[in-house]
Amino acid sequence: MDRVPLERKVLSENDRVAAELRARFQEHGILCLNLISSPGSGKTSLLERTLETLPRHDRVAVLTGDIQTENDANRLKRFHFPVKQITTGGTCHLDARMIERHLADWKLEDLDLLFIENVGNLVCPSSYDLGEAAKIVVLSVTEGEDKPLKYPSIFFKSDLLVLSKIDLLPYVPFDIEAAAENARKVHPGMEIVKVSCLTGNGLHEWMVWLEERRKARKPLAQQPVSG
Amino acid sequence: MAIANSVLEAVRTEMGLHPGTYPCKVGVRIGELAAIDQDALRFCFEAIVHETDLESLALGIEVCPRRHRCQVCEREFVVRDYDSRCPQCASLETTCISGDELELAYLEVEEYGPSTVGAKSSQ
Repeated sequence: MDRVPLERKVLSENDRVAAELRARFQEHGILCLNLISSPGSGKTSLLERTLETLPRHDRVAVLTGDIQTENDANRLKRFHFPVKQITTGGTCHLDARMIERHLADWKLEDLDLLFIENVGNLVCPSSYDLGEAAKIVVLSVTEGEDKPLKYPSIFFKSDLLVLSKIDLLPYVPFDIEAAAENARKVHPGMEIVKVSCLTGNGLHEWMVWLEERRKARKPLAQQPVSG
Repeated sequence: MAIANSVLEAVRTEMGLHPGTYPCKVGVRIGELAAIDQDALRFCFEAIVHETDLESLALGIEVCPRRHRCQVCEREFVVRDYDSRCPQCASLETTCISGDELELAYLEVEEYGPSTVGAKSSQ
């Protein structure tokens, strides 16, 4: 019996495609963000409010993943930015190949910001790199404040936690400080914004976070050159 | 299921490099932060090798704990119950150095011998 060392990642093929995507995003100065949450936490609502706020001429696009239906893409299309639905047909996460395929007929040079709305699931999407600059995890106040402890992987790997539906706080037994504390136990120093897509509360902080990330992303070639 | 499939694909790719042998066991390393449930992976793996030429392939799983390194005193330690404070100097300035592995560790292969010729021809 021989033991052959393999010493590579299980998802090395996905990681290879993701690295190619990341290089292409970098080359074009695109900030790519991967939004992940349980089903119904408000990823699409957050994107609706975001697209509504961004100027019409902004160079933004969205890929939105679901197991079935074009419903989310239809919701997002009314803001006149390019939106494409990825229906996975049963797969519970997006992978880098799906992103590559659905980007094929978009001109990356026309984009600055790409949102990827993952399939609603806190588990598998955390394993699949999509070439994003950052993962964002959305947790709504109708869920448990111990979710960061139950699903540590995605909270560990995400740069930002968006606590959503905060307009419901008076009606639900959700301890928002405990949720933030749990997230920071898993991911010390994690950035957190609290938003309500219904009232607009906290959306300003989210847009500021987004804008800062966009500024940091722009390659030198795209920044204004004086003289 | 997709993870189990990726493991199996890697085994098939690797076997192309080892003619005259068959795979007995594949070893994977899973970090406790990797969001992979061992039992679910085992169940999926058994389901996809069932009634294939790789039915006898065993899956070995090594679970890796979350480890941090203290930025102050450089002590490396295992994080338990999400307590990432350095056990030596109590600093909270510690960084994660492992625990999110999802890696292929090894593949055990056996040469086809006279006793396994039957196994080979039945594939």
